[in-house]
This record gives sequence, C-alpha cells and structure tokens, in this order.
Amino acid sequence: MIEMQDVWKTYPNGAHALQGVSVKIDRNEFVYVVGPSGAGKSTFMKLMYREEQPTKGQISVNGFNLSKLKQRKIPLLRRNIGVIFQDFRLLPKLTAYENVAFAMEVIEAPRRQIKKRVMEVLDLVGLQSKANRYPDHLSGGEQQRIAIARAIVNNPSVIIADEPTGNLDPETSYGIMQLLDEINFRGTTIIMATHNRDIVNSMRRRVLAIENGMIVRDQIRGEYGYEF
Amino acid sequence: MNFSTFLRHMREGFRSVFRNGWMSIASITSIIVSLFILGVFILLVFNVNNLADQADSQVEVNVFLELNVNQDLREQLQDEISKMPEVSNIKYIPKDQGLEELRKNLGEGGENFLEGYAKDNNPLPDAFRVQVIEATTVPFVAQKIEALNTEHVEKPILKVRYGGETVQTLFKVTALIRNIGLILVAALALMAMFLIANTIRVTILARRREISIMKLVGATNQFIRWPFFIEGALLGGIGSIVTIIILFVGYHQLVVASVTSLNMASMVTLIPLQQIWLWLGGLLLVLGIVIGVWGSTVSIRRFLKV
Repeated sequence: MIEMQDVWKTYPNGAHALQGVSVKIDRNEFVYVVGPSGAGKSTFMKLMYREEQPTKGQISVNGFNLSKLKQRKIPLLRRNIGVIFQDFRLLPKLTAYENVAFAMEVIEAPRRQIKKRVMEVLDLVGLQSKANRYPDHLSGGEQQRIAIARAIVNNPSVIIADEPTGNLDPETSYGIMQLLDEINFRGTTIIMATHNRDIVNSMRRRVLAIENGMIVRDQIRGEYGYEF
Repeated sequence: MNFSTFLRHMREGFRSVFRNGWMSIASITSIIVSLFILGVFILLVFNVNNLADQADSQVEVNVFLELNVNQDLREQLQDEISKMPEVSNIKYIPKDQGLEELRKNLGEGGENFLEGYAKDNNPLPDAFRVQVIEATTVPFVAQKIEALNTEHVEKPILKVRYGGETVQTLFKVTALIRNIGLILVAALALMAMFLIANTIRVTILARRREISIMKLVGATNQFIRWPFFIEGALLGGIGSIVTIIILFVGYHQLVVASVTSLNMASMVTLIPLQQIWLWLGGLLLVLGIVIGVWGSTVSIRRFLKV
C-alpha cells in the first residue's frame, strides 16, 4: 500500500528533515505518527501526497512510484488520497455542501451522482442539516467534519491526517476520532500525525515515533510515550 | 471535459465576477478606459483617412478658356490634355453649366450674389475640368497645361487653377496624423493588456490559498484554469460592450451635430455610424475578450507551480 525505502529529505536551507526512513503500511491499517515538533512528522506526511519530493530514496503509494511520477499525473495520485489538516482548509466562499461537492467536480463526476454522494457523506459526518452553511458559520469541530467528508467523498484508499484534532477541544476531538475510526472500519487506511497523548493512549493503534528525522519506534497497539 | 464540467466552469467564472465585486469593477473599468481611448483613436484615424480620400477626389485642375476659342481649337486642346499620361479624365464645362453649378455650390447665400446673371450676360468663361490619377502630380499637370499656351498663337488658355498649397499641406498633415494615430493605438492596446493582467493577478493573489486547496484534492491545472479564463473573457466582454455603447452613442451625437451645424455642403463630413459600427464593434469586443483571457492566462501561470 504505502512503502518508503531509505528516504532522505534535506531542505534547501540545509535542514535534514528525514534521514533514512524505511516503513511499510498495509491496507486498512490505522497508524499514528508521533514525535516532538520539528522531528520530521510533517515532512513524512507531505511526501506521501507528493507535496514534497525526497532528496533520496523510493516511495510508493497506491501503486504509484512517486519518484517517477510526472508533474501532470500528481492530480491522479491525490484523487486516491484524502488529506485532512489541523486548519481544515475549506474553501471559505463555498458552502459546506459545495466544499464537499468540489472534490467530486474535480474528478468530473456527473451532477446527479455528486448530489447523491455528497448528501450521503454529509449524513455520515452528521452535518446534513448544515449543508448550506458557510465555513464561517460552523464550529471548529463541524468544519473538521466537513473536511473529513471532503476527504472521503471520492472513496480514497488512504487518508492522511496532519494533526486533525490540533485545534479542537477534547470532547470534539473524541467525536472526530470516532468518525475516523468508523472510516477505517469501512476499509480506508488512515495515517494520522498527532500530539494528542490521550487519544493515542485510549484508542490503541500502530504508533510510529519520529525523532531527528528517523523512526525510533514502530509499535503495534503502541502508546504515545512522551510526557507532554 | 464533459458538458457538466463545462457548465461548472461557466458557473464558477460568473460567480467569481460577482463575488470579487470591486476587483471586477476595477478590471472592467481599466478595460473600458483603454478600449475607449483606442476606439476614439481608431475613429479619428479613419475620419482623417476619409477626409484625405475626400480631398483626394476633390483635387482637380480647372482650365478656363479665352472667349475667342472656337470649337475646333477647343477640341484640339481637349485632345492634347487627355493625352497627358498623368490625366485620368477631362470634362468640358460650357459656361452655362458652370454658372448653374456655381449656384448650386453656393446655396442660398449665393442666390443674392449671382442675381441678375443669366444666359445672355454670363460672366464665366468656358472651362475644362481635369482629373489626375495621382493627386500629388496636380501642380505638375497644371504647369504642363499652362505651357500649352506657348504652342498656340491664339493663347487660348485664360487661367489654370487648382487647390495648390493648401491641398499639398493637407496631404502631409493627414499622413502625419495617420502615422501618429497608428503608433498610439498600438501602444494603448499593449498598455490595456498589462493593466488587465495586473488586475487579474491581484484577484488571483487573493485566491492563492483556494488554488492550493484545489490542487490538494486533485484538481488538474486545466481544471483550475478554466474558470479564470471564463472570468477574464467575461470581464473583457462586459468592458468592451460598455465601451461600444458609450463610444457609439457619443459618436452618433457628433455625426448628427456635424451634419446640422455644417449645412453648407462642407468638405468635413464624418463617416456615418452605420458604415462602421459592425466591424468597429466586433473589433472592440474581440479585443476586449482577448485582452481579458490573455491577462488571466499570464497571471495564473506562475500560481500553478505548486
């Protein structure tokens, strides 16, 4: 599913973000990526949806060999990956419905199908009644649910979530985690970077700990392992 | 691209024009200003051209004959002049016809002036009206005709007259205005393009984040570009239509005013709107749309390299 072999990433300013990372993530896994700020978590995530390119090493995602992927084929890769961010990244001038529908318009789905599917996923995230609200008129948790709806609307095989609960209070975070768990249960691989110790320790899954650009721990049903 | 995607791009393009309110108005205004100045210059250049053409056709040499010239000599002279290579046409104007034409040309004001003159006391001599192929050869032809006097003992030619100096200066001035006008038109078209490119760039700058989000959910560059194309075309189209309306209404008023105030059959006549509205309107519309699309293309190119 996702495989990295001896991946290095050095930024133009000389920072060594990743130093020889090798990892394999199988279909339908749920993986936490933990570690101190600046350890390379974000770079690790960005490499998978080709926002960044490795300085050295091989990455394959969903059968795409990312080092050989041509610039204009990148959209095809991303259509099979749902991304979720700490800051939600919704289009502010579109309603909740339109934000979700947008991801389907991009793949040129017929309008009727878009309508049906968008209502379906809005129902799944529990926000069908707020479909016509703009992001400004939704709470943080609701915005993140819309972002999740957008990420899953095209049935991607992988979801990459970079600190999805970073801006949310514990109760809302719990709701978001339940939703991600449900999505994982339905067959989607989830890779989630997080600083939230309570979540990692209460919902035990595979844990990858990254420090100084290296994977220092890879534990099935692991724990958070840091004191902050 | 399927049809519903095309509709989506159209919808987005239209909505974006309205959503960007003041930004759109700024773009449209800059298009209007540029195209309006362009239109004014085009009208100016064409009217000057038209004026030059009119002057061209009015340039002719009038050859007045002595009273003692009989028919034989007259026909001989007519033959000699028409054989000159520069001459395209020669017409004999008997003095009766000359008087009538003069009456007509002077209009009402001339009526009093020519009162009392009729067939029997016509003060005018018989004349030839000579037209030349190339307007600039007029002085030369006039000289040649005058020289005919030396070949005939009767000295049959009373006087040779032509527009002279004024006509020559008019040619020089029109050529100058025409050239300056064309250079200005080219410069203004270029300026308009840059103005619009800049305005749309600001619009896109404001939507940088949107574009990066679109790319994250897997939008192709083509998909992102289309609504901007349509937005640019729309801004250009609206701008040029407004320009066309202002320009045509204004020009029509000018034509009407010039016709009523210059009722003496004057040399200065403006080209009527009916003759030019179709192609001038078409030109401005196409130009507006091209400028709009070009502006959006230039501006968006560097934002797609994410």
